[in-house]
Amino acid sequence: MLKNSYSTNGLKYSFGFLVLCLIMGIFTTACKSKKPTSSDYVSIPEAKMKDSIASLSAFEKVYSVLMHPRCMNCHPQGDIPLQGDDSHVHNMLPQRGPDGKGLLTMKCTNCHGSKGVPGDATPPGNPMWHLPPADMKMVFQGRSPRALALQLVNPDLNGHKNMADLRLHAEDTLVKSGWQMGGDRTLPSLTYEEFKEAWYAWIDNGAFAPSK
Amino acid sequence: MARYTINVNGESKQVDVDSDTPILWVLRDNLHLLGTKYGCGIAHCGVCTIHLDGDAVRSCAYPISAVGDKKIVTIEGLSENGDHPVQKAWLEHDVPQCGYCQAGQIMTASSLLDQNPNPTDDEIRRAMNGNICRCATYTRINRAIKSAAKDL
Repeated sequence: MLKNSYSTNGLKYSFGFLVLCLIMGIFTTACKSKKPTSSDYVSIPEAKMKDSIASLSAFEKVYSVLMHPRCMNCHPQGDIPLQGDDSHVHNMLPQRGPDGKGLLTMKCTNCHGSKGVPGDATPPGNPMWHLPPADMKMVFQGRSPRALALQLVNPDLNGHKNMADLRLHAEDTLVKSGWQMGGDRTLPSLTYEEFKEAWYAWIDNGAFAPSK
Repeated sequence: MARYTINVNGESKQVDVDSDTPILWVLRDNLHLLGTKYGCGIAHCGVCTIHLDGDAVRSCAYPISAVGDKKIVTIEGLSENGDHPVQKAWLEHDVPQCGYCQAGQIMTASSLLDQNPNPTDDEIRRAMNGNICRCATYTRINRAIKSAAKDL
């Protein structure tokens, strides 16, 4: 009786083991067939490391700065820059022009000199003042975090910058000037140094794009 | 205060002013060239337009320290006898009403024609967008610019 019982249980365990192997086999095959391809990821070959959590956390901060009027006003959807903390269309309707520097008597530098004069509403100065050029508009206005991140890492949309160039862009004089506009203009929530740190953290950890 | 040597209407001038002083006030207060007017003080109206190396610059918002060796031309220096084609066209079409903005209008129009001697209506509108006229002489300004273009 006892011997029969052992024999019956042995058969049951063997059968169970076979079923388990079968399930695992099917599961493994299914997993192999659904393995993501390289196109499912944003490929950042120059990135030093890949840490999606750190990268996305940093991009959240980066996005808050890029969408701030001090940055976004010169990355409009249309061909006229925006102005002010409410990002209204720029007074006197200056046009982007082919090189992003304006047209004829309405070039950016006709009012934005290499240096501004003190005052709340006077035009801020910068020797490099311009919009992105007409053939590479680099629009920020209206971009979701995902769309903006993908745009920033795409050389066909970011001004032909590779990741090293993109990283270095944080040092650009016009980027820095977003914190030096003067007057009563609001500033991004991060300081320039904090922004630079977040920018590097986003890129160095893989320049991941958020899901939305 | 600092000493600056600037070229105004072909002449070298020395002024002793604060580095943030807008060119407008150097022209009016230091050099007594009163043809360039003050309007908004924030580069929005165009009344104070002068030429800086040929570009139509708003002198109310351009500090003297940023001028360097660029040549300044004001309405007084646009022509020797007031006979620049734009000035002649302005008279021909009787453009001004009150006249306050007209020095700026003429300086912008002449800069436009230097860069584009045959502008279309759309190009004139875009180029002159930054010069406001409360008397709304815009149609006469447009006609005068087209007229001046023929005389260039």
